[in-house]
Amino acid sequence: MRQSLRAAWAIYRKDLRVELRTRETVGSVLVFAVVTAFIFNFAFDPSPQVLGLVAPGIVWVAYVFTGMLGLNRTFQLERDRGTLELLLLAPAGREAIYWGKLGGALTVMLVVEALMAPVFLFLYDLSLFSPLLAATAVLATVGFGAVGTLFAAIAVHTRSREVLLPVLFLPLAMPVIVGAVGATTALLGGGGLAQVNPWFQLMAAFDLATLMVCSWAFEHVLEE
Amino acid sequence: MRTARIALMPLAAVMVAVDLVLIFAWVPTEQVMGIVQRIFYLHVPLAITGFVAFFLVAGASAVYLIRKNPRWDRLAFSAGEVGVVMMTLAIITGALWAKPVWGVWWVWDAQLTTTFILWVIYVGYLMVRAYAPTNERGRRWAAVVGIVGAVDIPLIYVAAELWRTLHPDKVIGPAADESSLESAMALTLLFSMLTFLVLFTWLLTERLALRRAEEALAALRAGEC
Repeated sequence: MRQSLRAAWAIYRKDLRVELRTRETVGSVLVFAVVTAFIFNFAFDPSPQVLGLVAPGIVWVAYVFTGMLGLNRTFQLERDRGTLELLLLAPAGREAIYWGKLGGALTVMLVVEALMAPVFLFLYDLSLFSPLLAATAVLATVGFGAVGTLFAAIAVHTRSREVLLPVLFLPLAMPVIVGAVGATTALLGGGGLAQVNPWFQLMAAFDLATLMVCSWAFEHVLEE
Repeated sequence: MRTARIALMPLAAVMVAVDLVLIFAWVPTEQVMGIVQRIFYLHVPLAITGFVAFFLVAGASAVYLIRKNPRWDRLAFSAGEVGVVMMTLAIITGALWAKPVWGVWWVWDAQLTTTFILWVIYVGYLMVRAYAPTNERGRRWAAVVGIVGAVDIPLIYVAAELWRTLHPDKVIGPAADESSLESAMALTLLFSMLTFLVLFTWLLTERLALRRAEEALAALRAGEC
């Protein structure tokens, strides 16, 4: 158990260091997020009244798409450099790889989401700065990461990984997307903890269930 | 196994014939919805067989991951393929029924949303197998998708329900007031369900036999070169 935790921590630190040195993932994903947010302006032409209806959708579609882009990269670097095999040789359980990779993906996704908040303020005059919205983002992102890390490990080995990851990820992540949009709608509409409670419960249940199942199933994905 | 397969085919054929007579000639026409309601006797059994198939996929996948015996994978794969066919037909018949009765092809209520997402998940299940670099990996990955999908289904239902109840203006909903069915109708429905379960079992055994033949052929080919 402790050994496993230490291995997961080491993998997490390695991924973080690679990211800090290259800044490749955060940089490219952030640009993609800004472009997505910008395109919505022409899809909806959001006047202040329309914005009230479509703002949660804009925010979460942008976050989900950028999240998938980031998830795709978590195993891509390892595969391109052939280091995934070395990681499998390490004297640690497969679960440690899952938790380490999940930590790395979550960090990147949360950093990008935080950096996007001022962009939404700038482009749409949409203020996302509130503790409950931050909690929504964390709950939703953990759910994305739990499912996404598992399927990214599958998709990276296939011929059509750009297609396969969304096809597997989007339907399965539906409860947490619904929860995030629901909570954001309630919060932007002036609701408090009482209004977001059912959505938080939904997302928390999803996070717990998928973390348990996916960490167990991960072992069967990487087995050689 | 083989005798079961041979016996099931004529049984399924006779039952389908009787079922069609019951649905289109024997059972009285429903008074409110009219003739279109007869699609109900096909739609409900199709949907139920579809769900049964997907439970089989999840169960067989879990056993496969634990035991690593390819027999369980064959069962999961065959059930997945037949299940996708049943579910596709259930969605199509449902839309054909909904249009004259509700005025729209589709509504986003909890049942329909869950059915649709389940269908997409299992299409993904078949895609993973097709795109996997080796058959062995395809089996393991598909099993993982099947299991995670099954665990996710209750949450998807709850999410769709929450979504609907908190957006009440969107509700058109299925005929919620389920008045007790007339006995002839109940009998027809029951018989039709049985028919579809027999049909499903027969298709499943045929698909299993074909799968075995495919794998035997692949093994022979691999031995040649």
